[in-house]
Amino acid sequence: MNLKSMILGTALAAIGGIAGADGHGGVKVGMITTLSGGGAGLGIDVRDGFMLAIAQSGRDDIEVVIEDDQRKPDVAVQLSDKMIQSEQVDVMTGIIFSNLAMAVIPSAVAQGKIYLSPNAGPSALAGRGCHENYFNVAWQNDNLHEAAGAYANTAGYDNSFILAPNYPAGQDALTGYKRMFEGDLAGELFTDLGQTDYAAEIAQIRASGADSVFFFLPGGMGISFLKQYADSGVDIPVIGPAFSFDQGILQAVGDAAVGVVNTSQWSKDLDNPANAAFVETFQAEYGRLPSLYASQGFDTANLLISALEVASPSDAEAFREALRAADFDSTRGDFAFGSNQHPIQDIYAREVIVEDGIFTNKVIGVALEDHGDVYAAECGL
Amino acid sequence: MTSILIIEQVLNGLQFGVMLFLMAAGLTLIFGVMGLINLAHGSLYMVGAFAAAAVAGATGSFLMALTAAMAAAAIAGVLVETLVIRRLYRADHLDQVLATFALILIFSEGTRWAFGSFPLFLDTPDWASGPVTLPGGIDYPRYRLLLIGVGLAIAAGLGLLITRTRIGIQIRAGENDREMIAALGVDISKLYTLVFALGAALAGLAGALVGAIQSVQVGMGEPVLILAFVVIVIGGIGSIKGALIGAILVGLTDTLGGIFLPEVFKLFMTPSAATASGSAVASMAIYILMGAVLIWRPTGLFGPRAA
Repeated sequence: MNLKSMILGTALAAIGGIAGADGHGGVKVGMITTLSGGGAGLGIDVRDGFMLAIAQSGRDDIEVVIEDDQRKPDVAVQLSDKMIQSEQVDVMTGIIFSNLAMAVIPSAVAQGKIYLSPNAGPSALAGRGCHENYFNVAWQNDNLHEAAGAYANTAGYDNSFILAPNYPAGQDALTGYKRMFEGDLAGELFTDLGQTDYAAEIAQIRASGADSVFFFLPGGMGISFLKQYADSGVDIPVIGPAFSFDQGILQAVGDAAVGVVNTSQWSKDLDNPANAAFVETFQAEYGRLPSLYASQGFDTANLLISALEVASPSDAEAFREALRAADFDSTRGDFAFGSNQHPIQDIYAREVIVEDGIFTNKVIGVALEDHGDVYAAECGL
Repeated sequence: MTSILIIEQVLNGLQFGVMLFLMAAGLTLIFGVMGLINLAHGSLYMVGAFAAAAVAGATGSFLMALTAAMAAAAIAGVLVETLVIRRLYRADHLDQVLATFALILIFSEGTRWAFGSFPLFLDTPDWASGPVTLPGGIDYPRYRLLLIGVGLAIAAGLGLLITRTRIGIQIRAGENDREMIAALGVDISKLYTLVFALGAALAGLAGALVGAIQSVQVGMGEPVLILAFVVIVIGGIGSIKGALIGAILVGLTDTLGGIFLPEVFKLFMTPSAATASGSAVASMAIYILMGAVLIWRPTGLFGPRAA
């Protein structure tokens, strides 16, 4: 696996026209991400988005070492040690899952490495556990769920049935929704992580008398839930965060997803030049539409490149200052860092549509404007 | 908690149970007849689902997809049996576990290599989707009713095969005394391959049937495999009847436990604590069931009794 990722990384580096930088004045980036097993689609999208931005920058002094964490925290920790001690990278990035992020990031930033998170944003690293070397370029975990709660208010729902898997990100999801939602709860359920059959939950939703259903079931869990929900004849409207409606899995959900409203900080039809160019070049390079994970990888690389224009990682203080400025054209439009170095950004409501026979999303409104996170107040930066 | 909800949940438990049976039947035959622990059985389930998704995508026919799923899983089963497993019958169980675990990794990454990292699309056919209204005003998905019917029909067919046919007699004889049946002139290695292919085809069929309402993705077989092992331990290793009863018990316990345990806990706890601890206990319920059965009958409900 390691060998395979290395070859892949090298091949991608070659596509991007990057010569071996060897550390002479350049910067070395260590990317640990999930490239095999069930969550591989997410890591592959982040990697492809990241490498696309590096290639487009035309810089040949950025060396990227890519490794596969297999979605296992212990593997991620080993890779991180290797990258810090023997590869001596300057900047680290890539982790998708919050439990892996918690295993790797605190120790990496404490050893003086800059960490740019392209996805995971656990609350523990946004509040008291924030760090001057840690930047999150995606979102704090609660954000998209808060936006779903806010959207439910504007849509006029006042009795929601909410469900999520029983693990930290699932608990954060329900907390986030409840933080913004002003109505009552018809029911609240924790399902098993990795559960694939939701017949029992759907029967409870049917019996609950709710006027809306909020769910956070990433990946395969969401596919199963939506297909079974559509087949059950229950017609209560569904809302959720973008993770179950992302470009990578929509085709597997099919008709069951059409019309569902979901919340995301990015959408492929966002009207700004950086995004239009990103969507077009990503599609040309990889032959598929980009997902929100790909946009996050792309933005992460562009943030890094923008900071490198100003300062070198060897001058840590100046480099952090350059990162904090976030002086790059984000695919999301406006992008700034809050005091805890997590994004302040608009979060949109999107609707799933069919376009040229492909299932995709269309922005229908802004759910939350210039939204940061509640943990920033606890951060001492 | 209305009676409609309870009936609906019982149907859900039954449907889950008969699908588990399709997995467990193959597993229990392979373990009973050959004495082999086959961890790669979940991979055959995945192979069936991927074959069905590929064929359904190409032809649009769900029945063709099911046929392809059974054929692909059976072929994969025969290949695995002749190339790898055949060398392991005399090895101890640890070697079998190690080798079949390696097969899981090979199947998973092989499938990812062939089909990519993103889940595939497989949907229920039009004639089987949507809800039907049952007597009593219960809306229930037509497809799940169909799954219950198909599962029970296969259980009946397997029962007839084992008790009424010559192959069935050989399979039962193989479970009891391998050397003797070989001495009687039955080609034991052909019988093994046949049993393995049959078990694989059932796993592939289960993968395709379930894949249509769940997601077809790499690694989908392993969670089901664990439950199938619980089923055969409860039912008694080698017994088809035990696998059926065990599967339905596990299906009902898992489904009904998830609904009613939190309700029971609410009688003496705050609602949010009851939800959290109720679902925690519910996820243990099938293992508690397994423990209780093993204390009562150490060889499972229909396992061979020690003389």
